[in-house]
Amino acid sequence: MEFQPTIVSFLCNWCSYSGADLAGTSRMKYAPNIRIIRVMCSGRVDPTFVLKAFSEGADGVLICGCHPGDCHYHEGNYKCLRRFLLLQKYISQMGINPNRLRLEWISASEGKQFAQLVDEMTEVLIQLGPNKFKEITQPA
Amino acid sequence: MNSSNNNNKPKLKMAVYWGSACGGCCVSILDVHEALFDVIANADLVFWPIALDTKYKDVEAMPNGFIDITLFNGAIRNSENEHMALLLREKSKLLIAYGSCAHLGGIPGLGNFHNRKEIFERVYETSESTVNPDGIMPQTNYAALEGNLNLPEFYDTVKTLDQVVCVDYYMPGCPPQTERLLEVFMAVVNGSELPQKKSVIGAWDKTQCDECDRVKTDNKLVKKFNRPFEIDDDLTTCFLEQGVICLGPATRGGCGYRCIKGNAPCRGCYGPTPDITDPGAKMMSAIGTLIDANKPEEIAEIVDQIVDPAGTFYRYSLPASILRRKLI
Repeated sequence: MEFQPTIVSFLCNWCSYSGADLAGTSRMKYAPNIRIIRVMCSGRVDPTFVLKAFSEGADGVLICGCHPGDCHYHEGNYKCLRRFLLLQKYISQMGINPNRLRLEWISASEGKQFAQLVDEMTEVLIQLGPNKFKEITQPA
Repeated sequence: MNSSNNNNKPKLKMAVYWGSACGGCCVSILDVHEALFDVIANADLVFWPIALDTKYKDVEAMPNGFIDITLFNGAIRNSENEHMALLLREKSKLLIAYGSCAHLGGIPGLGNFHNRKEIFERVYETSESTVNPDGIMPQTNYAALEGNLNLPEFYDTVKTLDQVVCVDYYMPGCPPQTERLLEVFMAVVNGSELPQKKSVIGAWDKTQCDECDRVKTDNKLVKKFNRPFEIDDDLTTCFLEQGVICLGPATRGGCGYRCIKGNAPCRGCYGPTPDITDPGAKMMSAIGTLIDANKPEEIAEIVDQIVDPAGTFYRYSLPASILRRKLI
């Protein structure tokens, strides 16, 4: 069977989770590889969460927040963006392909974009193959 | 110090050992200066390679639990370190991970950016000062005329002490402050109630920032990250506010913020505060709030000024971090 990646995803409560919800209620089909965790704001996503996901075997991590300027808490998504760029640099140093970590803006009305994003990221991760970090952090 | 030995009480048996370490932790013990007499009045040093000629076989001959306190400094880099960690665990009532290397992996832990092959190639082949035309590499066994010689096996990954054996207490620091060591030692000697097992001793639960006396405001915004020599330090303002990366916000206090008093930013040797799993991740989180830009290109430009995030934020804690090592 073809490799099926696991994507751990953090969606902000106000925009992106509603966007994902819209994709669901509109019965759009998208890759079942995503595991969604709802957070109040993309600014709540601590780099620790992302690293823990990778260490426990996630093949990709997707963070989604409100579009710039639209954050329910004014600037949570900007803080997330800054952490994301720093984190991407760090994970590349640790030997994780930076494309395994993505940050995208999804509004409450962008169900379709969300479904496309998940499909597209799943495709990228299939090309990249499994994340081998679990072998280091949890040796058999 | 109330340290006069009560003659009715048997002396404590103490051991100090170094794994993959620089020797600074052993020197920090000597730094008790004249208080060494108090230490010796209350404890017999039964094993301490830097100062005494006790052999490994003498330690092997000790009954289990013979040593009261072992201060183990240094990380686990090779099979000798691992063997001694297991042996000293068996022989000791209290095993203390002493110093950053035993606690978090420390500077030797930065070896986790490479594996054995890469390190050997660099050290025995490509480094500028190496002349090794025969390509001789370290072997674990060598059949010499006089018999078989054995050398410890060099591992791919550096580990912290508690990734190899069960550790009773941790004393952070590079090296731990000598005053803290004396406090801990006298607590054991006087039979005070010891803190809960597995806890960090000789350090505080609050961060460096909490004790640091540099002036801090709420308005921390950074447009450019500088290396310490690039700024004209005004000696009073918080380093982060001057755009110099200081690991104070994610680092435990207890050292007396000596680096900052010496006008150098904190590098994080005391390790994370109790609720932090991954010190570097917390520091990255803090840095994220400092960057004064909202446009992706502008942020990327500022982030690019942090040349080596992994080495900066995990200088002392790479083997103890969530990812532990680079994937090679």
